[in-house]
Amino acid sequence: MAGGIGVDLENLWIRFGDFVAVRDANVNINGGDFFSFLGPSGCGKTTILRAISGFLQPSEGRVLIGGKDMAGIGPNKRPTALIFQNLALFPLMKIWENITFSMEVKGAGKAERRKRADELLEMIALEGQGDKLPSELSGGQKQRVAIARALCAEPDVLLLDEPLSALDLKLRQHMRTELREIQQRVGITFIYITHDQGEALTMSDNVAVMRAGVIEQIGSGHDVYDLPATPFVASFVGENNVFRGRILEVNGTEALIRTNRSGDLLAQITPAARGVLKPGDEAMMFIRPEALSLVVDAGAHEKTRLAAKVVNEEFEGNSYSVFLEGDGGKRIKMSLPNVGQDRIASKGEDLTLKYELRNAVVMPAGELAAE
Amino acid sequence: MRSNILLSRIALGLYLVIFFTYLLGPLVIMSMTAFNSNPFPTITPWDCFSFEWFQVLANDERILRAILNSVIIGLGTVVLSVAMGLAASLILTQIWPRWRSTYYTIIIAPILIPGVVLGISTVVFWDRLSRILGPATDALFHNGIFLTILGQSTFIASYTMLVFVARLQRYDPGLTEAALDLGATHVQAFRKILLPFMRPAIASAAVLAFLASFENYNTTTFTFGRYPTLTIELAQKVRYGINPSISALAFIIVSLTVFGALANEAWRRGRIKAEAERKGEAVAQGRSILPGFLRGNWAAGALVLFSFVVITLFWTARAYSPEQCKAEVRAAKQAEAAKRREELLRRRAQQRLQQQMKGPDIFVPSGKPAPAGGAAAGKPATGNAPFGGVFDPGNLEGQSGTGEKPDEGSNAAPPAKPSPFGGVFDPGNLANQAGAGGDGESGEAPPGKADDNGGAKPTSPFGGVFDPGNLKGVGGGAGEGN
Repeated sequence: MAGGIGVDLENLWIRFGDFVAVRDANVNINGGDFFSFLGPSGCGKTTILRAISGFLQPSEGRVLIGGKDMAGIGPNKRPTALIFQNLALFPLMKIWENITFSMEVKGAGKAERRKRADELLEMIALEGQGDKLPSELSGGQKQRVAIARALCAEPDVLLLDEPLSALDLKLRQHMRTELREIQQRVGITFIYITHDQGEALTMSDNVAVMRAGVIEQIGSGHDVYDLPATPFVASFVGENNVFRGRILEVNGTEALIRTNRSGDLLAQITPAARGVLKPGDEAMMFIRPEALSLVVDAGAHEKTRLAAKVVNEEFEGNSYSVFLEGDGGKRIKMSLPNVGQDRIASKGEDLTLKYELRNAVVMPAGELAAE
Repeated sequence: MRSNILLSRIALGLYLVIFFTYLLGPLVIMSMTAFNSNPFPTITPWDCFSFEWFQVLANDERILRAILNSVIIGLGTVVLSVAMGLAASLILTQIWPRWRSTYYTIIIAPILIPGVVLGISTVVFWDRLSRILGPATDALFHNGIFLTILGQSTFIASYTMLVFVARLQRYDPGLTEAALDLGATHVQAFRKILLPFMRPAIASAAVLAFLASFENYNTTTFTFGRYPTLTIELAQKVRYGINPSISALAFIIVSLTVFGALANEAWRRGRIKAEAERKGEAVAQGRSILPGFLRGNWAAGALVLFSFVVITLFWTARAYSPEQCKAEVRAAKQAEAAKRREELLRRRAQQRLQQQMKGPDIFVPSGKPAPAGGAAAGKPATGNAPFGGVFDPGNLEGQSGTGEKPDEGSNAAPPAKPSPFGGVFDPGNLANQAGAGGDGESGEAPPGKADDNGGAKPTSPFGGVFDPGNLKGVGGGAGEGN
């Protein structure tokens, strides 16, 4: 990636009165990265974005953009451009005036602005629509205009605050790819805020998962999905089956857990908990639905098998979901690809499932994401 | 059931008619009186269609100067109260969230304070201030225009603020943030984003402020100093009696209002339609002989019609002369008065007859049978008689003599008395008439002569309409028949 300008948050605290919106955030965002803050609403991710763009002063800690401390520098002096959740297109200005607003305030002439607007309109595939008003465009078109307007300011860092949340599903999926393409074309740092883990995983080089003002994990999409650092991350990012229990023994990066219901199972310890987890600790083990499969051979390791009663089965077109009785009233979900089976199991049947050791992670017990 | 609905519809219709009559009736009537040549603002009796009161208005220096003062003060108030209102609304909505309700109460208070109090306090405050600051400030701080603008703005700014607050509540502060984020300074964000958004509110607040200033009386009455506004001038005028030139002014103001309202509505509808057409929601209506901007826009149609009527009116005013009509009305009135006069004469003749039958001494203490016209000269002013001396029997003496000696009879007529009926019933005036009755020749006197006499009594409250002098010719004409 053509090295853009990086953003660093150092010991960042943001308080509103007694309420702590952001607690000791430390993030290093590489130049040219597509970086996402992922978390449920109210977790403080927008607050972080506003601190980066300069609308909020941190209570403690520093925001550095390109290594420069941004304290006391207003939003109009920072090399950032923000795409608002509601887009905030100027309703009384034509599209091309909207796009080139950043040039207008710097005193650029009309001809120059018009030319630049046409270039950007071409880039976002809205040629010839420059003379319309924002109210005359569709949601997706407005979205692209907002991006063009931000890019016109030639920022070093583009901040996006849930820009796709107002769009319908199809358009949202389309815009994901488009955003990623735009980011790769312009090569600047994108910082993206979302509560949609799908968006975060598809587009991002790195993801920070937040909960209640605390950054729980920072890593690539794969890391976050496959090796969640906390139960919250494990349950918030994608679907997951949780098995509660106690550690029986620890063997290097593996641990044997005595689960409440499914017997003794083996799992790998998540990197963040290695050396922390000891025998006797309360623990949670997570296995993705797609990592479970039916036992057909007898040769696999005994400690990666579990038995459970089928509650029901759902056909989802490309896959079957089988729900089995799990612990604590929760159900174990297993996803199996539809490869022409009539059905997997009938209600009440006892099934034996297996998984690969690398697909099971264990970590100290903690809070799960709300469902 | 159905008849119930019908009934309620009729009731509703009736109510609306009554309501609008109540609202607009006085304005319509007043506007109409502007075109009546009758010197009192009235539509009955309708004399002549006339534009003379516009002429009178145009020549009324005091009114014109008052209008100018009102406009100057109105514009000053617009500038001051729009600026203050906008600032106050911005503070209220964007800057001080914690003190919002307190601040709101303070800002809104001037609306609740009587205008009289605001007027007095404005005068007193600036008077004290000029005393503290010294004589240099004296001219300004006691200037009527300065004081009136300040006094009115104290509460008009509250009105404008309410308009601005309503608009600002629909403003997305994110727009200002977006502008700042794109590199605009705060001033640029205000000028390029917030101000254009506020423009419609600024326009309506300005109109509101101007109208509120223009019609204000109770604050202005304390502050105007040597610069009376229109309302002040009108109020002063009414005290000395009014004429329809005030109606003419009312008509002009009403017309301007109607014109403004229609123009605004037509423009608004035109824009909505253009918007709809651009979005493709409505196609331009097909075949019509009307030009495009009129189609499907009743307000534009009404505007054109209204403009047409007003232009016709003014075009007529230049070409039309009511003199012919006025003369006719005058003649008609004279004829009517003459008829009354004859009636009166006949009654008197009867009375006289009765007197003579009963005995001549009943009403005339001097006891003279009064055959001679000269006797009247011996009967001086009986001017304090309650009916203008109409029933003063002494007056009848001359009458009785006129049959034989008309000239003497006319000489004997007592001098004009300040009668409440403008001397209409002054029997002295009848002398000539009666003489005319006897002398056919004088009855042919040209009407011009009658006008001369009428003009000589300008103090009559009815503009000399009932001046019996006018009747000479007519009476003469009637006399000819004898």
